[in-house]
Amino acid sequence: MKRRVAIIGAGITLFRRRMLESPKELSFEASRMALDAAGLTLKDIQSVVSGSAPDAFDGVHMKGEYYLDGMGAIGKPHQRVYVGGGTGVFTPIGGWWNVASGMYDTCLCVAEEKMSPLHPHPQYAFWSIFDQILERPLGTTLLWIFSLEMRRYMHKYGIKEEEIAEVAVKNKGNAIDHPCAQLGAKITVDDVMNSEPICSPVKRLDVSPPSDGAAAVVLASERVAKKLTDEPVWLDGVGWTLDTTHWTNRDLAYPEYVEKAAKMAYKMAGIKNPRKEIDIAEPYDPFDYKELHHLEGLQLAGKGEAPKMTVDGVTQRDGDLPVCPSGGLLGVGNPIAAAGMMKICELFWQLRGEAGKRQVKKDARTGVAQAWGDLMQVGTVTVMRR
Amino acid sequence: MSQKITNYPGHEITHEDQKERRYLDIEYKFVPRYSWAAGVAISRFLDELKEGRIIARKCNQCERILVPPRMYCEQCYRPTDQWVQIKDTGTVNTFSISHVGTDARRLKTPILVAVVDLDGASPGMGILHNLGEVEPSNIRIGMKVQAVWKQPSERQGAITDIRYFKPLEA
Repeated sequence: MKRRVAIIGAGITLFRRRMLESPKELSFEASRMALDAAGLTLKDIQSVVSGSAPDAFDGVHMKGEYYLDGMGAIGKPHQRVYVGGGTGVFTPIGGWWNVASGMYDTCLCVAEEKMSPLHPHPQYAFWSIFDQILERPLGTTLLWIFSLEMRRYMHKYGIKEEEIAEVAVKNKGNAIDHPCAQLGAKITVDDVMNSEPICSPVKRLDVSPPSDGAAAVVLASERVAKKLTDEPVWLDGVGWTLDTTHWTNRDLAYPEYVEKAAKMAYKMAGIKNPRKEIDIAEPYDPFDYKELHHLEGLQLAGKGEAPKMTVDGVTQRDGDLPVCPSGGLLGVGNPIAAAGMMKICELFWQLRGEAGKRQVKKDARTGVAQAWGDLMQVGTVTVMRR
Repeated sequence: MSQKITNYPGHEITHEDQKERRYLDIEYKFVPRYSWAAGVAISRFLDELKEGRIIARKCNQCERILVPPRMYCEQCYRPTDQWVQIKDTGTVNTFSISHVGTDARRLKTPILVAVVDLDGASPGMGILHNLGEVEPSNIRIGMKVQAVWKQPSERQGAITDIRYFKPLEA
């Protein structure tokens, strides 16, 4: 018999290209803020779920054991979840298992990432996620796979680069109002189009930056949540699926693994018509086209139709379906696992009406957060409600 | 963040801080060495590459011809049934012009990369490879291409035994 699970507190650190704090310290700061917001101390927490993406960024193998004390997990049931870029949204899903199952009444969920230690560039870590025999000898970078997917997506639906650039303009603009943001900026479509070609059709301003940062939420069972707050945000649906690493055998124009994860989460939350019932969305946007791709996978836009929705302003903060009102990875930054958790935090604050300058215009009651990862293969989705 | 919160934790190290060495930086280099067994399916695939051929595996249940080959069908979850020789020609599924190397350093000469759907395999069965003998501005999705092989004496049983794929027609 599964139990209803609430988010009762959220915390986040600054997101920056390079932070002084160690992974443990960043985790501690985000966790402490989330605990304070929930009105709890660590001794009230029964279990901990942590998330961090490739160990290769830090050069610390089995990072989950290393950062454990910063995560508040000493002597508690702790699990680390680990699905690359999908990790940030998978972390509260892991927490949901802890609480929905009836095992625990409170669970601290923390996601942390420091990409800065790896030199000369964190991109280098991604080389080793490719097939070691058939792909790495070709000199792979993760940018290839994005540019190949973006090109296929544009080709299949006749999408222009300028339409995709609108996402970067929107998200970097939204991030101006996020106090933790690394790259909030007022830019134009021309700025994106004229930015350095990195891996055509991907240009510099199409891409989110490498970052350091942490974010956390506190989960509670219904009984405990109602005692502690009048404004719980319910984690009413969770979904996750993975596809194989044979990414070159896949339809690169459509993320089927996101669709499957979304349908799982929607079914659990009783959502039949996502476009009508979802008020606000935080899809994963490490690249501008990815937000569009994911909106389609999330069933919030028809196939190939997300660009038009964006150009029409539907996804602006004052639009009918605000998308990435936080500023997303493109604007707030992309400390991989922490970036996904940042989206969970954003929906928490938006649904409680606490987002200040970023607050969306409509009366948002139901939101969806999604992250993606690895070799075009992971979809993690949560539906949140007030 | 929440408007209820006024102070966000964390201290940034700026590029200038780094240049001026205003913080302690501990450097470490880890140089591991690995020796991978290529596995049953890929060992055969590599042996065939050395001979200038591309081989796939067929699953008789779903009838898919799989490349890269695998000894099991991940969809039917049963052993695959037979080796199938496929062609060294194919179609560009998608492509990119990469100005960066593996560590994001900028390249003087861009690398042309593509997913090539191989003829003789099931539709959409592509592999990652490079393109060559083509102007970047002339590459198109749907373009027919053919493998350009290394000389037999230079082949090592590696994916790079194919130098790149080039357009079939000028």
